[in-house]
Amino acid sequence: MPSSVMSTSTRDHSSPAAVSAVGLRKSYGDKTVLDGIDLRIPAGSVFALLGPNGAGKTTAVKILSTLITADGGQAQVAGHDLATHSQAVRAAIGVTGQFSAVDGLITGEENMLLMADLHHLPKREGRQAAAELLDRFDLTEAAKKPASTYSGGMKRRLDIAMTLVGNPRIIFLDEPTTGLDPRSRHNMWQIIRELVSGGVTAFLTTQYLEEADQLADRIAVLNDGRIAAEGTAEELKRLIPGGHVRLRFTDPAAYRSAASALREVTRDDEALALHIPSGGSQRELRAILDWLDSAGIEADVLTVHTPDLDDVFFALTGPAGTAHQPNQPNQPNQPNQPNQPQENAR
Amino acid sequence: MSSLSLALRDSSTMLRRNLLHARRYPSLTLNLLLTPVMLLLLFAYIFGDTMSAGIGGGDADRSEYLAYLVPGILMLTIGGTTIGSAVSVAMDMNEGIIARFRTLAIHRGSVLIGHVLGSVLQCVASAVLVGAVAVAIGFRTTDASVQEWILAVGLLTLVSLALTWIAVGMGMVSPNAEAAGNNAMPLMILPLLSSAFVPVDAMPGWFQPIAEYQPFTPAIETLRGLLLGTGIGHNGWLAVIWCVGLAVLGYLWSTSLFHRDPK
Repeated sequence: MPSSVMSTSTRDHSSPAAVSAVGLRKSYGDKTVLDGIDLRIPAGSVFALLGPNGAGKTTAVKILSTLITADGGQAQVAGHDLATHSQAVRAAIGVTGQFSAVDGLITGEENMLLMADLHHLPKREGRQAAAELLDRFDLTEAAKKPASTYSGGMKRRLDIAMTLVGNPRIIFLDEPTTGLDPRSRHNMWQIIRELVSGGVTAFLTTQYLEEADQLADRIAVLNDGRIAAEGTAEELKRLIPGGHVRLRFTDPAAYRSAASALREVTRDDEALALHIPSGGSQRELRAILDWLDSAGIEADVLTVHTPDLDDVFFALTGPAGTAHQPNQPNQPNQPNQPNQPQENAR
Repeated sequence: MSSLSLALRDSSTMLRRNLLHARRYPSLTLNLLLTPVMLLLLFAYIFGDTMSAGIGGGDADRSEYLAYLVPGILMLTIGGTTIGSAVSVAMDMNEGIIARFRTLAIHRGSVLIGHVLGSVLQCVASAVLVGAVAVAIGFRTTDASVQEWILAVGLLTLVSLALTWIAVGMGMVSPNAEAAGNNAMPLMILPLLSSAFVPVDAMPGWFQPIAEYQPFTPAIETLRGLLLGTGIGHNGWLAVIWCVGLAVLGYLWSTSLFHRDPK
């Protein structure tokens, strides 16, 4: 088990932190859920907390969104201390929990107006905000129906719409796309991107590697209550070995001569491609290029393949502390592996 | 916004939400009215002659027993209605929206205060409805003055407030709606064990302390005195002390349960 955080890049200290935490701890009885996590999320960025079920993602969101109190550690959200100024934190955030947080007994519109009232918006402004958000989330038609009659996707959209009443600067989204169909998922991504382009900071948890890859500026992999790794998607992919450089040829003769000249390569005769193991760093690439030049080989296409997040995820969140030992079926040397969102191992 | 105006504004928003629930789904409240109305009719028409013979020393007629009965039935109506509050609080606490409320910059207590205010209004409305049934079958007050009417409504409101805070606490400790209904049952059973149907001194000696030392008996005796001109004595103060005590206890209990970290 990794005992320390592997930080792969110098942290961005230039922009103010929307969320920062040091040594957050939480346990229920003798089960430790969060075992000291540190976070620093620059304002206006998307941060994804990635981890298997039971890793502590939801607990982290609950603590940072003032729903529960931490047993130890300190955190600031929107510049306010979580423990001493929780009301100020609440005024700056919007939260969409993992489970639907809509009032099923009243209509979608009434839910929105309720939120407007609780944000103390003037009546007209509240009505306007409610109507705009209902429209934006494609709920205008269903606005007068009780929320309990909504489909899962509609409830989720209403949930997010309610979170956005009052224009929160920081939004927490706990598995925002779990249970959504692909179209709704892509719509949700679009919405999150729009929000962030408007300056909102998004803290999301997800089990979907693709989602983190698509959305997040920075990703932290949470495993067993600790942050196993943190960085951009690219940095994380580089953390584990197994990348390669792929050389593709159009001329079979050139391919054959290159294959015989280069020994330690994997051949893909059908695609006329050669795979040279490489971590993808600048130094390694230069070495490879020098080597190819000296051997007089000129490939038609050269691409650098790094392991995808799936590999990182499996490597870091293995059941018995298998960090740095990617021995999962997803061998990084197999190109074009499907990068589908998938349920991870329990 | 000052914290008092925040409390008022958010509590009234929460009250509106609860009244909307009650208006949209009146069946819970209306079902709870069936028991008091049924008991009223049962005791007035089926047991009425025997009961009035018992309390009036032989020559009382049914209308005198009806007069005796109605104040107790009104208190029982309130007790029954607050069971509904326990159930709806328990249901609400299991809803995700409560977690949302907890992460909003609103007055912390407004969620429960909204429930309590809504429940008090429902209790008084229920008492008025059951009272109307009583009047329809012949109940009349005995020369109650305007002042006595105001005090009677005030007493019903105070009892509603006290029982509701207790019921809210019972709802908070219950894992689900069924458990809340069971846990809050004493609120309906206690009035059955009070002076609602027969005077305490007509009960067996061993039982009299149970009927005497509980909140419903002084409240019922006070209401009886206000509406029918019977002696109130120390029951007025006792009723107020019971109500204030229960309200404070229920408030502290419920809010401390609410301030705990949710699961």
